Amino acid sequence: MSNALLEVRNLKKYFNTSAGLLHAVDDVSFSLQAGSTLGIVGESGCGKSTLGSTVLFLNEPTGGEILFHGDDITKMKKREFHRIRPRMQMIFQDPYSSLNGRMSVHQLIAEPLIVNKICHSKQEISQRVAQMMDTVGLASRLANAYPHELDGGRRQRIGIARALILEPEFVVCDEPVSALDVSIQAQILNLLMDLQDSMHLTYLFITHDLSVVRHISQEIMVMYLGQCMEKAPADELFTNPMHPYTQALLAAIPVPSADSRHKRRELLQGEVSSPVNPKPGCRFAARCPHVSAECCSGSIPLTEVKPGHFVSCLHCR
Amino acid sequence: MNPVLEVKNLSVIYKTDMETVYAVNDISFSLEKGKTLGLVGETGAGKTTTALSILGLLPERTGQITSGRIVFEDAVLNELSRRELERIRGHRISMIFQDPMTALNPVLTVGDQIAEALELHNEEHLNKWAIEKKVEETLEMVGIPKERKNEYPHQFSGGMRQRVVIAIALVCNPGLLIADEPTTALDVTIQAQILTMICDLQRKYGTSVIMITHDLGVVAETCDQVAIVYAGEIVEYGSLLDIFGGGSHHPYTEGLFGSIPSLTGHAKRLQPIEGLLPDPTDLPAGCKFSPRCKYCTQLCRQKQPPIREQNGHQIRCHYTPDSRTITADAGTARKEDLE
Repeated sequence: MSNALLEVRNLKKYFNTSAGLLHAVDDVSFSLQAGSTLGIVGESGCGKSTLGSTVLFLNEPTGGEILFHGDDITKMKKREFHRIRPRMQMIFQDPYSSLNGRMSVHQLIAEPLIVNKICHSKQEISQRVAQMMDTVGLASRLANAYPHELDGGRRQRIGIARALILEPEFVVCDEPVSALDVSIQAQILNLLMDLQDSMHLTYLFITHDLSVVRHISQEIMVMYLGQCMEKAPADELFTNPMHPYTQALLAAIPVPSADSRHKRRELLQGEVSSPVNPKPGCRFAARCPHVSAECCSGSIPLTEVKPGHFVSCLHCR
Repeated sequence: MNPVLEVKNLSVIYKTDMETVYAVNDISFSLEKGKTLGLVGETGAGKTTTALSILGLLPERTGQITSGRIVFEDAVLNELSRRELERIRGHRISMIFQDPMTALNPVLTVGDQIAEALELHNEEHLNKWAIEKKVEETLEMVGIPKERKNEYPHQFSGGMRQRVVIAIALVCNPGLLIADEPTTALDVTIQAQILTMICDLQRKYGTSVIMITHDLGVVAETCDQVAIVYAGEIVEYGSLLDIFGGGSHHPYTEGLFGSIPSLTGHAKRLQPIEGLLPDPTDLPAGCKFSPRCKYCTQLCRQKQPPIREQNGHQIRCHYTPDSRTITADAGTARKEDLE
């Protein structure tokens, strides 16, 4: 696939901690076609946010390549990279802490234009800000309001406007709806999908909510302790999950329907172990119901079991 | 059968010099022994305020019950003295708080925190050793090895801390357990473990539970009765089947279900509720949901809707689903929002 917008190869990000080397992202590869959405799901601490920020080079990767339109951004000179930066943006998780409380809505949305020296006249800036506010559904009377005056849904719209005003091609959405109520969450999800169509955006959508990820993505990657466990087209992953972790994750979601009461289900025992100095073998082995001796030695490769369906498990061949 | 808890026409306000917040407006419900009632609603709907008023934990200076009765077993809770209430709270009624990271005392070991509840309500006159033994039993019951009782909260993960909070709530074997978003801060696989544990313990001890949550999935898996709360009112109340079955619903309930992305179906466009929750200091006259309702009429804006009841399934709306039509006023909230 040479025409991929973004291609990530064997990306690694380790952090040095006092306890040892923390493997936040360990050997993750994927590629993204323009206009599509890749969903990343996993529980807290599985490295999905680190993956998002490393792909945007907000963290320097420990190893691996990130090809944006075929150019490796990890090897770029600073000046070269600054030219590309406006084309890849991020929407942050928490609309309460990711906005500067001392800046008005207008200032917040205009900031990326000023920082990247895209607009030079004040008139041009206000014009583009007004246009963007209209696009994301913020009333123009709010231009001089401050974030604390607004509710979570409107604040998240500011975050989206800030990311999109530079007209990026690629956007990392890091849990953009998890801090919001369901009715507001639905409004924001619809907005993100409409914007994807009208601006031809490519999303890397990070979330822990499986129903949201199925709704918005074409392809889904399930992560556990820094590694990709399973990657498949959205419908395929939900109808035919193969990795034991994916199966457990899907079984654990409470389903809002009348017959889910009194349903007994297979529970996953134990908790996520530490990503510091992980043992060789499958990361999920400690909690896996089908664990065998060979799971605990050597590395488990990601294998294609069906076209487009990749699983990292010895028992799913 | 007599209900364990009966809340009648409860209204709560928070009053400051600046403004008055109408948090709970005329809520009534009852709960039978061993059953689970789900209170569902969005942030600011008044779910937690309802729970706090049952326990007498409203902030003293601002919070105030303006009307209503809360009857638990044979006591009227909101008429008891502080002393009498303290004997019930944490003993006969206890609460699981939302955030296990802040609900525990960081400078006491978890064993001491569980023992604290026993020492305060020591009606069986247990001695120190008996208390220690009970603490160990309780820890094992919630799935924590008893060797860990001398550890501090920071040494536990989020799921384990929530287990400690549950152990504290259950150590006195309460008749009523109020769980305020017990799994919101946890991951799905841990959430499944905790919910299963709460249900198992409930069945074992016959505890009644009030489950406060915003997650309709959690409600479907744990509750017998469901109350949908909006702007301090119960807009729909019924059995699990009434709410999740295909029957008639309040427009807000329809909106909530339209907002959840489906796990099974194909990606359709979501049907969110337009607009925002009303400002609780300035609630609309008439139906509280009218500014966001697509069926809103003149009548809805002027008159508080009555409760329509059919076989215990209550809906607070002027219209039956057949007599509702999408009106020209629809989406006024959205239009005002954009002006």
